Formats: sequence, C-alpha cells, structure tokens
Amino acid sequence: MSAVEASPVAAEALRIEGLHKSFGTLEVLRGIDLVVAEHEVVCLIGASGSGKSTLLRCINLLETIDAGRIVVEGEEITADGVSLDRVRRRIGIVFQAFNLFPHMSVLENVTLAPHKVLKTPRREADADATELLARFGLSDKRDELPDRLSGGQQQRVAIVRALAMKPDILLLDEVTSALDPELVAEVLNVIRELAAAGMTMVIATHEMGFARDIADRVCFLDAGTICEAGPPDQILNEPREPRTRQFLQRIIEAGRL
Amino acid sequence: MTTGVRPRRRGPDPRAVRSSLIALVSTIIVFGGLGWIIVHAPGWPEVQASFFNRAVFEEALPGLLEAFVVNIELFMAAEVLVLGLGLVLAVMRGLPGPVFLPVRVMSNVYTDIFRAIPGVLVIFVLGFGIPGLGLVDPRTDQRLFGILALTLVYSAYVSEVYRAGIESIHPSQEAAARSLGLSRLQALRYVIVPQAVRRVIPPLLNDFIGLQKDTVLVSFIGVVEIFRFSQIESAATYNFTPYVAVALVFIVVTVPLIHVVDWLAGRSRAGARPRAAATPPRVGVL
Repeated sequence: MSAVEASPVAAEALRIEGLHKSFGTLEVLRGIDLVVAEHEVVCLIGASGSGKSTLLRCINLLETIDAGRIVVEGEEITADGVSLDRVRRRIGIVFQAFNLFPHMSVLENVTLAPHKVLKTPRREADADATELLARFGLSDKRDELPDRLSGGQQQRVAIVRALAMKPDILLLDEVTSALDPELVAEVLNVIRELAAAGMTMVIATHEMGFARDIADRVCFLDAGTICEAGPPDQILNEPREPRTRQFLQRIIEAGRL
Repeated sequence: MTTGVRPRRRGPDPRAVRSSLIALVSTIIVFGGLGWIIVHAPGWPEVQASFFNRAVFEEALPGLLEAFVVNIELFMAAEVLVLGLGLVLAVMRGLPGPVFLPVRVMSNVYTDIFRAIPGVLVIFVLGFGIPGLGLVDPRTDQRLFGILALTLVYSAYVSEVYRAGIESIHPSQEAAARSLGLSRLQALRYVIVPQAVRRVIPPLLNDFIGLQKDTVLVSFIGVVEIFRFSQIESAATYNFTPYVAVALVFIVVTVPLIHVVDWLAGRSRAGARPRAAATPPRVGVL
C-alpha cells in the first residue's frame, strides 16, 4: 500500500480509510484507502462506473458511507455528530454538468454561499467574487445568467463558485466531460493555475494527457478499489497491474492518450 | 415544380383566403343554425322573457357589480393566504429523514382530507361551527370564515402544485447547493423553491381561476356577494336574468385570466430550458 500513502513529511489534507459504499445491492466502493497531502494534486482515472464520482461525492458527504472513515485536516468528518454543512464549507466540489443555479446571475451564483453560509457582508462578498471572476477572465460575464454563457465559461464560473468558499480541498468530478472539445483547454488551464497556486485537489478525469501534466499522483480505480497508484509517468507508461494496462490500452485505441 | 423567376404575387395568398372563407361559412352555419333552432323553439318567448330580460338586466347590473366587490375581496385575501400556506405544506411534505415523519404525515393527511371534502361543506362547517363554539364574538364577519374555508381547501390543491414544481427541479441543484455548505432549508429557499415557483405559475393560476369562481360558495353562510345578491334580485323580480348577468360578469373577469394562463403555459413550454429535469414533473396523485 506504500504507493497510496503520501510522503510523510507533508501535512495530511485528506485521509480515507477502508471506505465502502453500496447503492442497494450494487457495491460501488469496496475498501478505498487514500491519503492526500496538502498542496497535492491526485488524479483518479478509471472506466465509467469504477467509482470515481462516488468516491468524490463521499468525500464531501453528498453520499452517506457504509463503512470506513474520512479525515480532513485531522478532523474525522464521518464521525457521529459532525455537522455536514460545516464540513462541506471546507471541501469544494465541481460537477461534470456545472450545476449552476439557472435563476441567478453569475455574481449571485458565486456570492450565495459566502453571503448566506459564511455571513460575509454583501458588499465584501461581491468584491471578493468580482476579484475571483476577474482572475479567471470572467469579469464581463458577472451579471449574465448562466444560460447565456458557453459551457467552458459555465464550468469556470462553477469553479469560481467553489473557490469563493475558500475550501481546503477542491474535488473536480470529470469537469471537462460535458464540454465541446474546443472548450476543454480553457477549463484545464484554470485547474493548472489552481495547482500552481498550491490548491489541494482530487480530480476524476478522462483526460490522460492532463493527468500526466498536472498530477502528483495518479490512482487507477477499478471495480471500487484503487488498483494501482503512483507518479503519473509510472502509471501511464509502465503500469504494473494487468488491469491498468488493459484500461490504458483501450484509451490508446480510442486515441485519447 | 417550376423554379423559373416569377413576379411575386400581389395581395394575400389565395389559399389562405379560401381557408378563411371556409372557416367563416362553417362557423356561421353551425352557430347560426344553433341560434335559429333556439330562437324558433316553441318555448323561446317565455325563456327570453325570464332569462334574457333587458330591463331586469339593466336594473340588476349596478347592484351585482357592487356585490362582486365582496367576491374580489374574498378571492384576494384567500389567494395571498393560499400561496403562503400551500408552500409551507409542500415544504413540510418534502422534509427528509425519520425525525420529520410526523410533519410529513400531517401534511399528507391535510392535503388528503381537504381535497376529499367538497368545498361547500368546509364553508358550512366553519361558517356555522366556529361561531357555535362560543369562542369568538358571534358578530364576527362571516366573510372571515369564508376566507378561512377557501384558504384551507385551496391550500391543499396548491401545495400539490408546489410539490410537483419542487420535485421537478433536478437533484443536482440541491447537491450543488448543499456542497457549498447551505443547509437543506437554505437550499430550498434560495435555490429550489425560486426555480420551482417559476415552473408552476401556469398551474397555480389555474387553481386561482377555480378559487375565483368558488367565492360564490361563501354565499351559503350568509355573505351577500354577487350570487346571493342575484338570488335576492331574482326573487324580487320573479326573473332569472340576474343569474345570467352573474354568469356574464364571471365570463368577463375569468376568460382573460384563462388566456393569460394559456399564454404563460405556452411560453414556458417554448422557452428553452438550459437543463430540463431528467425526470418529468410528477403530478401528485394519491
């Protein structure tokens, strides 16, 4: 399991131990162990249905877990009596389908949670959001409704919305899968910038080239377990596990690597 | 089909003119025929005298319109209350987890019961029952009991409309809201309910057309509104024309509202929804 452990010198941002999750009789996660260090970027790869999205949704408690524990910055968030709402403030998640609030402007999407949850005064929340939007090239979209934006812009707004809560960890769930190919780069560039700025991230992705670029570690999920984990070059070029090799072979055949 | 350059025809398309003409003639034949049959029926002169009496109509109309103000008051007051209570019931019904079971049951039982009982019975029971308890001033305005009864009945229907709207919002919206740290109630208030309400405005207005008409039921507990007034007029003149006048008043007020509803419904169907719900809105059926 040494490949799954983060280097001991860095502080731990996230620790997952023995995580199990079933939907009815379907066992989606079958004992996940994963430690993510602060400022580390971990990419989850694997076929659809391998449990990547479920793992991310479990980490910010959008799904209840059946067994195991999740520890964020030293606090066990799966313990009894932990406030879900308080945990979720610290863990941002960005979804494949953006999930922006269609009845609110871009600015309102971004400021809703800081204003209502963190009780940041309206003016301050607006100023923070405006600054974040500017940083990601969205200043001129501030007052638009989401459906006036391209998919890439919507996904960047969704990332900004998550960042506005100043999360300790950002989870990205196949954030480019719903985008037209020419819009993928603008979103990946935002994520690169976040990685460069030291954001701790767990990223489920089908973009192998991107994973190779950005990840400190790549975890290959198969049938609800982490089958193999290691530095991107090792996993993508010299996978040890036959199942990893099979998966990458299919990706190569599809021309995606 | 020739593709040669042809001078553009002047005037309207003859085919459109022809179909308009056919429609016109067919309408005249159908309605003209029906009218002719009625007017030439053996009893028409008596019917005309007792239902379509111009003199009685002109005599009754000003008083009827004055009485109609009471209907408008009943309608407006009940509508505001229904909008609030219906939403509370719908939200109560959607609260998750075992802790809220009693709340869900209460909301369920409420909507079951008040959709089951004919509205006029609720009006009777409240209008005569509450004063009978002796807890309130016996001179309390009967209109208040009427408003209360209409509110109780229509909230049951409207809560189902709201509930259908709330359930039509895709769960990913709630997931997004909760993932940002919003509580369930905050997610409902800021994210789900505002979207749901927008979607159900046409069916909500539909229920209000019903409410508007049902204000006449309050006449049964002694409130002199337009229907009660027309009964008095009718009794005084031995003539049914006042009832026809009431019908006309309701047509004039309600038909435009019906068309507004249809227009809104058409617009919301046509309006591009960026992310339509994956599941079609379920209409509450028990």
